[in-house]
Amino acid sequence: MTTRYNFAYLDEQTKRMIRRAVLKAVAVPGYQVPFGSREMPLSYGWGTGGVQVTASVIGPDDVLKVIDQGADDTTNAVSIRRFFARTTGVATTTSTEGATLIQTRHRIPETPLREGQILVLQVPIPEPLRWLEPREAETRKMHALEEYGVMYVRLYEDITRHGKVAQTYEYPVMVDGRYLMRPSPIPKFDNPKLDRSPALLLFGAGREKRIYAIPPWTRVKSLDFDDHPFEVEHWDRACDLCGAQGAFLDELIVDDKGGRLFICSDTDYCARRRPAGEPRPGA
Amino acid sequence: MSAMVDEPPLLSVRGLGKRYGAQLGCRDVGFDLWPGEVLGVVGESGSGKTPVLDCRAGRVAADGGRVAYAKADGTVVDVLRLDEAARRRLLRTEWGVVHQHARDGLRMGVSAGANVGERLMALGARHYGRVRGRALDWLARVEIGEDRIDDLPETFSGGMQQRLQIARNLVTEPRLVLMDEPTGGLDVSVQARLLDLLRGLVEDLGLSAVIVTHDLAVARLLAHRLLVMRGGEVVESGLTDQVLDDPQHPYAQLLVSSVLQP
Repeated sequence: MTTRYNFAYLDEQTKRMIRRAVLKAVAVPGYQVPFGSREMPLSYGWGTGGVQVTASVIGPDDVLKVIDQGADDTTNAVSIRRFFARTTGVATTTSTEGATLIQTRHRIPETPLREGQILVLQVPIPEPLRWLEPREAETRKMHALEEYGVMYVRLYEDITRHGKVAQTYEYPVMVDGRYLMRPSPIPKFDNPKLDRSPALLLFGAGREKRIYAIPPWTRVKSLDFDDHPFEVEHWDRACDLCGAQGAFLDELIVDDKGGRLFICSDTDYCARRRPAGEPRPGA
Repeated sequence: MSAMVDEPPLLSVRGLGKRYGAQLGCRDVGFDLWPGEVLGVVGESGSGKTPVLDCRAGRVAADGGRVAYAKADGTVVDVLRLDEAARRRLLRTEWGVVHQHARDGLRMGVSAGANVGERLMALGARHYGRVRGRALDWLARVEIGEDRIDDLPETFSGGMQQRLQIARNLVTEPRLVLMDEPTGGLDVSVQARLLDLLRGLVEDLGLSAVIVTHDLAVARLLAHRLLVMRGGEVVESGLTDQVLDDPQHPYAQLLVSSVLQP
């Protein structure tokens, strides 16, 4: 370590407090545990919740990967990775397989996670019922009493208006058949990866001061109707760079004549599939 | 009604009281409601009708008394002493509440079909087609055209909103419906149709209902028995025709004689 910050920036008392919240979150899958969110050296909305969770669970032997929308080389991912490299001295990587701890914004890596890994997701709004019921006291009561009918009212409205559920990200899930959960703004494409995930999934919302978790191998079900089952989006083309079928693709406009590319949003996955010698983003 | 005598009352209220600070809401209210019976609560504004309804539904904490309700499974519970989870479950499943203002009882931002389907989905219905089918069925029963199923309640007239609210409550076939001035604010021809509809539904479904109203004509049409309230207390009770045709208490006499005759 080259700086005089405490290991991983936060003081030990704070890390202990956050670990207690994480333990409770793991014990009650999908339940939003309040915690004393601290001021961090980045602004709200940039991942303060994820950073605090990462800071509390990271150890000297960890290998850290940070992604933003699947990419290792975007500003936010680079900054947060450097932040932890400086304040902890841990090794960093862009490899999903090589990482023990992955902080992510808005994606779950394409490469399957394995047991022992921890995925930390940044969450802007943890409350799945927020736009349906504005009162926090009431939404907590609804969770306590499992009153989730209103969420189905919303799905019903979507099907009525659009013929299908229009929600494409933050698609609500039931965790272990008990708590309704907002899986942070991951695309619904990633929802199936939540179900019985071998890795521990931790969710941190800094501004809203909530932590929740999906322990390994927990059942996670995306809400749907029997006659309108949950479906993920799919593309009728492959990645223009690596040729991957069935990966989550970003649309990229490359010139002013309407030229466009469809490429994997997961840069590590894409780079590993391409022939050796081509540059790897973020490397 | 002789067959009902052996059955225990569906609802048995004793000594119900509620104060709002120094202000009296209601005091020592007591009555029984038998299955299939419609009870009217009448009185002028501020006589304590609504506090009685609120306390009974558990929406407001009563100061004292007992509200015994016989559940569908035969057990009797004191609504005032139920924990919140059980009370809210009761409100969702066995009870319905029709508000005076349809806006209080509807979700104005979602379609009529979703409004009717909400209680079904809250109770576990997970088949879109079937929920929609039940919603269509109920919209027809309350005389709302099936082409309006995807419209927002905001685009409905006052009478239609009130009918929609009734459909939304009755779709899960509650055993007890509490209505607060169901015809308030509607013009007389719309009122008459709504009353017809309510009377038909009450008879078809064998509903038990408590209807709070200041309109004696509504009470005469719908209620089997009446409670007359004044100053937070029940001053007279009895069969509807008896109370309205031969009121005994001076206030009940005043109330009946104050009705405008067109």
